[in-house]
Amino acid sequence: MAKHTLSVLVENHAGVLSRVAGLFSRRGFNIDSLTVGVTENPQVSRMTIVVDGDEYIVEQVSKQLNKLIDVIKIKQLDKADSVSRELVLLKVNADASTRSEIIQIVEIFRGNIVDVSKTTLTIEISGPTEKIEALVDMVRQFGIREIVRTGTIAIDRGNKIIEIDNT
Amino acid sequence: MKITGAEALVKCLENENVKVVFGYPGAAICPFYDALLDSGIMHILTRHEQGAAHAASGYSRATDKVGVCAATSGPGATNLITGIATAYMDSIPMIAITGQVETGLIGRDVFQEVDITGATTPFCKHNYLVKDANDIPRIMKEAFHIASTGRPGPVLIDIPIDMQIQKIGFIYPESVNIKGYKPTYRGHLLQIKKVAEAVKNAQRPLICAGGGIISANASAELIELIEKCGIPVVTTLMGIGSIPSEHPMNLGMLGSHGSYGANNALYNADMLLILGARVGDRAMGAAHDIAKRAVIAHIDIDPAEIGKNIGTSIPVVGDIKESLKKLGEISTHGDKSHWIFKLEENVLKNQKHTEIKMESTTVNPGYFLDRLSGIIDEDTIITTEVGQNQIWAASHLRIMNPRTFITSGGLGTMGYGLPSAVGVKIGRPQAKVLSISGDGSFQMSLQELGTIKQYKLGVKIVLFNNSTLGMVRELQKLKYCGRYSAVILEDNPDFIKLVEAYGFTGERISSNEEIDGALDRMMENDGPYLLECMVDPEEPTL
Ligand SMILES: Cc1ncc(C[n+]2csc(CCOP(=O)(O)OP(=O)(O)O)c2C)c(N)n1
Repeated sequence: MAKHTLSVLVENHAGVLSRVAGLFSRRGFNIDSLTVGVTENPQVSRMTIVVDGDEYIVEQVSKQLNKLIDVIKIKQLDKADSVSRELVLLKVNADASTRSEIIQIVEIFRGNIVDVSKTTLTIEISGPTEKIEALVDMVRQFGIREIVRTGTIAIDRGNKIIEIDNT
Repeated sequence: MKITGAEALVKCLENENVKVVFGYPGAAICPFYDALLDSGIMHILTRHEQGAAHAASGYSRATDKVGVCAATSGPGATNLITGIATAYMDSIPMIAITGQVETGLIGRDVFQEVDITGATTPFCKHNYLVKDANDIPRIMKEAFHIASTGRPGPVLIDIPIDMQIQKIGFIYPESVNIKGYKPTYRGHLLQIKKVAEAVKNAQRPLICAGGGIISANASAELIELIEKCGIPVVTTLMGIGSIPSEHPMNLGMLGSHGSYGANNALYNADMLLILGARVGDRAMGAAHDIAKRAVIAHIDIDPAEIGKNIGTSIPVVGDIKESLKKLGEISTHGDKSHWIFKLEENVLKNQKHTEIKMESTTVNPGYFLDRLSGIIDEDTIITTEVGQNQIWAASHLRIMNPRTFITSGGLGTMGYGLPSAVGVKIGRPQAKVLSISGDGSFQMSLQELGTIKQYKLGVKIVLFNNSTLGMVRELQKLKYCGRYSAVILEDNPDFIKLVEAYGFTGERISSNEEIDGALDRMMENDGPYLLECMVDPEEPTL
């Protein structure tokens, strides 16, 4: 099934996240990832939700989200017309014999090494999901100890913005 | 001048023109109850919080005002839940006010603390936990606005006791501005034109009228449209009353418990206009097939209902009343009499004729309700329980006006009929109020007999006593090889004696020949009255 990215502007107060998350579980929708953070307007937060499903599901998700009083606006982002990023921290096994090889791979992916120990390296990488997955694939052979992902955030390309209509 | 949060709450209710609150007190809501004493608002003490919620919802349905119920924290709040969910499923505007433990103690599992906003979120239109008493006027204004506009529904406000005590300056806001709540009222004209065109081009158009017609008060517009264009109508359970039972274009209720006439029309239609109905599985099980046979147009105030359960080629989001008015204006006169004639012919061909024996040992519920229909006036308001009694009532009673048939459609809540009748009678004291019941459902809200007694409400109850949970028994008979599991209500109490203890007049009949006399006696009596009809447990639903 295809992945769809929804940008959702919500009221920035307690309980909103649980309403949104609850709606997904109640209606049986699958979320790939959900991120939330405050916007340039401190009263408004923005969620980026990646949904797994066909057109019917995405339409239902949007309509049901729209019914939540705390949801202000929803926009489905077009993949080709938006930029999406995810930040990941990866802890992999590394010793004297593998360390430099890993560092080289990370450099190719324009990642950073943010921590090192005798037996591990911690990699920071950001980018679209595909790039992250490619890096994860490359370092898997060394042994991945831990992965932490933020989930996708996304924004429209060009001068388009998601505005709140104040009518 | 500063007033307490509780006083503010009461003032908000007064500002919203609330005349009555149904509820049940407890420690965490005591400041509110104290403030209520100094207002002109009547309080109805039900015998269970669920009864308070059902009464408020019955009141809303019968009066088109927003019913209000109140309860204390913890068990009081959780007891409201079934009533809130019932109102939510049937899109009934309602306000529920619950007390909550002190703000600083929330989250510590103190005495009578529950997370009622968390618990009710899936079946509330919206809810609030008051965190600052100064927000009370705004929250109340928003709550009434949200409950009563767009697609109506219940809104819960949870108020910690310290918020009820805190002093605030009171100004009731004149308007609301909720960024994320702007229902669309005006249906798109181009879309409405498409509907008119589709109706005109159809050979066999059909309207499915749902509860939305009733909540939008759009019956007159509906009837005008169908008479102008010659389109027959089927209703959902919630749509009963949107068009008089006796209207020649009304083919009755559709669905798994619907009439042959309605289902046959749905099967043969080449164009279906769905009005304020959510295409629930009980009404239109094979929605997918219907969409293959017919062009589907759907008008609803809630965009999420359109396309949810049936593929729709002409969606219209907007208020039904306004949209139907427009549709009526632009539609051309139509003559679909060949189609209506065909439908009538089918109905005649398939008419079952059951002979009613007058000398019998049980009462035939269908015949009873037919006789009842003959003597009730058009303003009589019926409430029902759930089970066979509900379907018998839906299929036999003559319902001539909107808001006179009150039933739990979406949630199918047993125990709804009696408490909702309490709310109806409070809201419409001049109307005769009659609750149709089964012996199972009746015993689920039995305690509300006490409310009826205390407030001297002339509620009439027709109790179909078949000594079983009839509808479930029938299901077990047909689908589980007659293996009856937990459906026999053995050794029921003497219901006549029981209601007499609550000041009712009671009568029991067990033959068809007794029906007319018993009905006359019941209708002549202005006080609370129970007419118990002994019914054969084998009596089928349809
Ligand atoms: C609160 C609740 N519990 C269980 C059910 C399942 N249920 C549906 S109909 C029915 C039987 C109702 O029995 P009764 O009230 O005697 O009515 P009858 O079918 O005999 O007319 C039951 C148990 C329900 N609808 N609501």
